[in-house]
Amino acid sequence: MSHQTPDPNDEHGSVYDGLLGTDTSQWAFGTDFEDPLAGVDTTVPSELDAAELAAYCLALGDDALVLSHRLSEWCSNAPDLEDDIALANIALDLLGQARLLLARAAAADPSVVPTLPDGSPVPVEDALAFFREAVDFRNVRMVEVANGDFAHTVARLLLFATVRLAAFERLATHADPVLAAIAAKGVKELTYHRDYAGRWFLTLAQGTEESRRRLLAGLTGLWPLQAELARAYDAGPEVDVVLDQVFAVSGVERPDVAPMTGRGHTEALSRMLAEMQVVARAHPRGQW
Amino acid sequence: MTQEKEWPLYEVFVRGKRGLNHVHVGSLHAADDEMAVRHARDVYTRRNEGVSIWVVKAADITASSPDEKDPLFAPAGDKVYRHPTFYTIPDDVPHM
Repeated sequence: MSHQTPDPNDEHGSVYDGLLGTDTSQWAFGTDFEDPLAGVDTTVPSELDAAELAAYCLALGDDALVLSHRLSEWCSNAPDLEDDIALANIALDLLGQARLLLARAAAADPSVVPTLPDGSPVPVEDALAFFREAVDFRNVRMVEVANGDFAHTVARLLLFATVRLAAFERLATHADPVLAAIAAKGVKELTYHRDYAGRWFLTLAQGTEESRRRLLAGLTGLWPLQAELARAYDAGPEVDVVLDQVFAVSGVERPDVAPMTGRGHTEALSRMLAEMQVVARAHPRGQW
Repeated sequence: MTQEKEWPLYEVFVRGKRGLNHVHVGSLHAADDEMAVRHARDVYTRRNEGVSIWVVKAADITASSPDEKDPLFAPAGDKVYRHPTFYTIPDDVPHM
């Protein structure tokens, strides 16, 4: 490498230098904004059942999509600017996971994608997100119930990120290399989500009487949905270890409430989808 | 004001990928030191800018006053011999 006369402006390094550098690792999933899996070999390994893999990716993708939308509802409404941005960042992480997982589902089994009018330019992952009815969504109820206060969001995010992180750590070695890569990317994101939620959980639990009251109300309200969440992700004892640790330092008892029975969805999902899907559905030939 | 107590203000320093030292990038409010690091990550490193973050409570910074500008800085203005411009720097000395 040849020596260059140091540029005094360069010497101190701008924090924006990273944008100009040659490290392109942030584009590991392609620079193509049209197709999230551009250049990726999406052949389903022969030992896997394509329809099963698609259904599984759809469920994982729907969880991320629905919680992402719930978190995005905090935009401009969070208790303060810093947490507004934090929640939006987390929502964007989950939206990215949803996009990859829905695209993976569509590539594995094209029959899962709803049929759109001829000539519609809507990509497959958008067709899955915006043109399915609530009944066809595979997400757990934990992610779909309406937002409460900030403490409710913190409790939901802690439960969700803890369970999903444990599952993604396992999925990083999945037989499908595409799902494995998506999971490996998600592990880093979910680790931060759990950390963020865990810190807020402790802060609210040990804060004021009011913050503690709100946190316990949020946690108790969500707990009936925890069993379904844990089941969907095949959660092992490592999830309970983490949660018990957070509960212990926060001085919070594990809620003693019965799991919600039944399956399927609550009314909250169709209300949410009505808002989320209305524009896309009004313009099925729209170019975005 | 209904808000009784506001979160303390923190100043944020980020070291960029190619930067050698932490650079002041802005400020934010946070409930405590650890949350300040998290918030700084969310507010100031969203576009892959940083590899390291420092935060410090703004109240803990002692700053020079604009009134002291002349006594503090003017005396150095005419002492050109303090600048290392009278010798050549070898090619293999980095970061000068």
